[in-house]
Amino acid sequence: MAQNAATIFKQVTPMQYEAPETTKAAVALLAKAKGSTHVLAGGSDLLVRMKGGFIEPDLIVDIKRIKAMREVKKTAAGFSIGAAVPCAALSENKALVKAWPGVVEAANLIGSKQIQGRCTIAGNLCNAGPAADSVPAMVAAGAKAVIQGPKGKRTVAVEAIGIAPGKNSLKKGELVEAILLPARKPKSGDAYLRFIPRTEMDIAVVSCGVNLTIDGKGVVTSARVALGAVAPTVLLADAAARAIIGSKLDDAALDKLGAAASAACRPIDDKRGTIEFRTKVAAVLAKRAAKIAYRRAGGK
Amino acid sequence: MAVLVSTTVNGDTIEFACEPDETLLDALRNRMGLTGAKEGCGTGDCGACSIMLDGRLVCSCLVLGPEAQGREIETVEGMADGPVLHPLQRQFLDHGALQCGICTPGFLIAAKALLDKTPDPSEEEIRFGLAGNLCRCTGYDKIVRAVQDAAKEMRGA
Repeated sequence: MAQNAATIFKQVTPMQYEAPETTKAAVALLAKAKGSTHVLAGGSDLLVRMKGGFIEPDLIVDIKRIKAMREVKKTAAGFSIGAAVPCAALSENKALVKAWPGVVEAANLIGSKQIQGRCTIAGNLCNAGPAADSVPAMVAAGAKAVIQGPKGKRTVAVEAIGIAPGKNSLKKGELVEAILLPARKPKSGDAYLRFIPRTEMDIAVVSCGVNLTIDGKGVVTSARVALGAVAPTVLLADAAARAIIGSKLDDAALDKLGAAASAACRPIDDKRGTIEFRTKVAAVLAKRAAKIAYRRAGGK
Repeated sequence: MAVLVSTTVNGDTIEFACEPDETLLDALRNRMGLTGAKEGCGTGDCGACSIMLDGRLVCSCLVLGPEAQGREIETVEGMADGPVLHPLQRQFLDHGALQCGICTPGFLIAAKALLDKTPDPSEEEIRFGLAGNLCRCTGYDKIVRAVQDAAKEMRGA
């Protein structure tokens, strides 16, 4: 009987939609909310999950009316990309494309033009999908997420956000306000590649982001390598990065990079790819992405 | 607990009431009587519900009705100038770039969005630009040719 009452109550309780104009108001709504609460940025995942019946939100907080979250700002520290900025807007920002081509190309691989007009990299990050396209590129870039919550602001490395497929580390009342990309050192480049069985519009079977800086002689002085779709979360592959630091990306260094990338993989077998395939392709993509990043950094 | 929404559709101010979890596609079709945008998949894969929202091409099935507050929407109903069809519409007819027609409004909106930014697209650019629109009848070739000829016409070539 109690359960029936609860069921009926659930059915007649309408979802509440709020579109606050400040981050503070958004945090206040999220902090006091009871029941199923979701942040709406682009909605390209949230609405699909609602329609599929996977979630039944009691409250949706739309962040697109918050002016600061709709802006891409270039600062001395780099770029700040508001959580509500659609991916289509990233490729329209010439300075961002020039500084972080790998991040922008990853963001622009998500879905169709229609999806591009809505989806956001902050949403991609918070959904915590292991195959999220923009995330390995952001992890490789050393991006940080600015989180606002009832206890104020905190800034964390993006790789700390996803903790399991579909689960993020945000606490109640918290939301990502912006993604920070660092200022670019001279002679730096990044790249993102994914394997899909089609030419476009598919979910990564394996993906890899590489970001590196070289010196005047073409020696890699720093690097970050991230892998997607080969573990429950996007991986930062430190050993893979170490394999190319100090090298001119010669064949021996590339082979070490590939071996380290494969060794980092902890994939599953599913209809999109086997463990063996994913592990092998991770090496191929890491090498290719590193070569592109190296060329973009001005290396020959 | 309906939400009252005031928005601009094809240049006209429109007020409508919808449920907070109702999609903009449903609001357009069922509240505003604009049935040009179609529901194919309902999950943002097919593009039949394509509209322009504040100048961006989006799937209206992935937008909530209340999100339209204060926004500017363009739908296929606004493409023709009175009785004069838009060049894309006429070229789609001339080329027979449709069979069942369900996907056509979405293709027209997406093609217009493409040509507004890229007046002289390559075939590859057209195919990428329309990759978010699925057609199960035509095989796409006639659609691509219609867009090429409309682009040529719109450039005054």
